Amino acid sequence: MAYSSKVLDHYNNPRNVGSFDREDPNVGTGVVGAPECGDVMKLQIKVNSTSGLIEEAKFKTFGCGSAIASSSLATEWLKGKSLDEALSIKNTEIVEELALPP
Amino acid sequence: MSLPIYMDNNSTTRCDPRVVESMLPYFVEQYGNAASRNHSFGWQAEEAVENAREQIGSLIGSSPKEIILTSGATESNNLAIKGVAGMYRKKGNHIITCVTEHKAVLDPCKRLERDGFAVTTLPVDSYGLIDLNELESAITDKTILVSIMMANNEIGTLQPAAEIGQICKRKGVLFHTDAVQAAGKIPVDVEAMGIDLLSLTAHKLYGPKGTGALYVRRKDPRVRLDAMLDGGGHERGMRSGTIAVPGVVGLGTACAIARKELPVESNRLHELRNRLHEGISSRLDHVSLNGHPTRRLPGNLNLSFGFVEGEGLMMGIKDVAVSSGSACTSASLEPSYVLKALGVGDELAHSSIRFGLGRFTTQEEVDYVINDVVRAVNHLRDMSPLYEMHRAGIDLSTVQWTGH
Repeated sequence: MAYSSKVLDHYNNPRNVGSFDREDPNVGTGVVGAPECGDVMKLQIKVNSTSGLIEEAKFKTFGCGSAIASSSLATEWLKGKSLDEALSIKNTEIVEELALPP
Repeated sequence: MSLPIYMDNNSTTRCDPRVVESMLPYFVEQYGNAASRNHSFGWQAEEAVENAREQIGSLIGSSPKEIILTSGATESNNLAIKGVAGMYRKKGNHIITCVTEHKAVLDPCKRLERDGFAVTTLPVDSYGLIDLNELESAITDKTILVSIMMANNEIGTLQPAAEIGQICKRKGVLFHTDAVQAAGKIPVDVEAMGIDLLSLTAHKLYGPKGTGALYVRRKDPRVRLDAMLDGGGHERGMRSGTIAVPGVVGLGTACAIARKELPVESNRLHELRNRLHEGISSRLDHVSLNGHPTRRLPGNLNLSFGFVEGEGLMMGIKDVAVSSGSACTSASLEPSYVLKALGVGDELAHSSIRFGLGRFTTQEEVDYVINDVVRAVNHLRDMSPLYEMHRAGIDLSTVQWTGH
C-alpha cells in the first residue's frame, strides 16, 4: 500500500500539531474514534469572537498514515473559514486531495 | 549496511546464495522429470530429489521415506488435516486445534466443520501457551487429530510440543504440528516429540518460495492420508504431481545448512534480538512484549508501543521492513486474532510491531532500527491525543469514546 507524496508530507511534517486550552471560550474541541478501532482524532478550533472565523486549528491523532494526514490537512483547510464553511468540507474532498487508498 | 533493512523474516526469508547455487543445475543442465524411470535425465533428477528428502528428514529426525513433497506449508497443512479427516472418518469426527494457529490450519478446520466434523479450538494464556490439562480433557474417543503449531509466527511463542506428543500417544490420537517457524530455528525431533505429521516450508528457512514438505509417520503408527491431488499416485499415493525438482533441491540444501548452523545461528539471533529489545525499551516507556519472554523463537520480537498506532509507526520507520498486528495492515480491518487471543486488547494490538531477525541480520542493522523506532515512536507520541491524555493523568479505560 503506497501512500501519495502528500500523505507522506503530512506525516513527516504535520501541520498544526498541538493543543489549545480547552477552557478558553473561543476554543471548540472534538474528539472522535476509539483506541479499539485504531483511530482517535482530536480536532480543536479557535474562533475569532469578532469575525466568527476560524483563526487557528490544531490536531492530535492516534491512527494510521491516512488518519494523520487527513487531520493535518483538515486543520489547514479550516483556518480562515467561517463555521458554516467549515461544516461544508466533505471527507471525500480530503480523500481526493490526499489520494487516499480505499 | 544498506537500506531498506529487512526485518520480517517470519513472513519470508531471503534465499541463502548457497541454496540458489545448489538449485541452478536443475533448470538448464539436469532438467529431467524425477518420475522418468527410463533414462539418465530422470535418474539424475530422482537422485537429487532423494538426496533432498534425506536432508529434509535429517533436520527433523525422520526417515527420508517419511517425507512428502508439496508446494508449501499451506498445502502440507491442508493435506495433513483434510487427509487425516478423510481417512479416519469412520474412527471419529473430532479434531482439536488452537486459537493462535495459522489460517492454513484454521481454515481447513472450518471447512471440515461445514462437512460435519466437530472442531475444538483451545484457548491460550496471555503468553500464547495452551493448557496441557485442557488439551487432555478435550480428547474424546471420537478425536482423530490434534493440530498444534510448534512456534507461533506472530509472537514467537513455543508450544510444549513434546508434552503434547506424549498426551496424544497415550490417548491414541494423531499429532500434527505446523513447524513452519520452528524448523531450522530450534531443534526438532519427531521421534522424541511423538509427532505423527509435520509441516514445513522452504521459504521460511532461506530457501525458495513454492516448495514445502509434510512428514508422515510410517511406523508406530503408520499414518495414512486421503490424497487431495489425484493424478499418477506420486509420493506414495499421497500427493500426485511432478516434483518441483529445483525447488526441492533448494529445500534440501536449506535444511542441511539449517541443521549444521542451528546452534551458532540461534545463539547469535538470540543475542541480537535481546539487543534490539533492550535498546528500544531502555529508551521508551510503555513498551510491552507480546508472547512468552523466554519460550520464544530466537529471532522473533513482537512489541506493542502504547499510544501510537502500528501502521503509522511502520510509516515512520519506512526504511525498515517489519509487520504489524494493526488492522490497517491486514486485508480485513480486524486487528491480529493472535494478539486478541492473548487478551492484549484491541488498542495494544493496533500498536504492535513484529520484528523478525534472521541469518542476514547484522548488529549494525539492529542498532539502526533501535534509533529509528525510538525516533518514530516519539514523533507519533507528540501527535497522539492518547499520550497527551495519559500524561495529563487521565485513565484511558474510563473514557467514553464516540465511534465514527
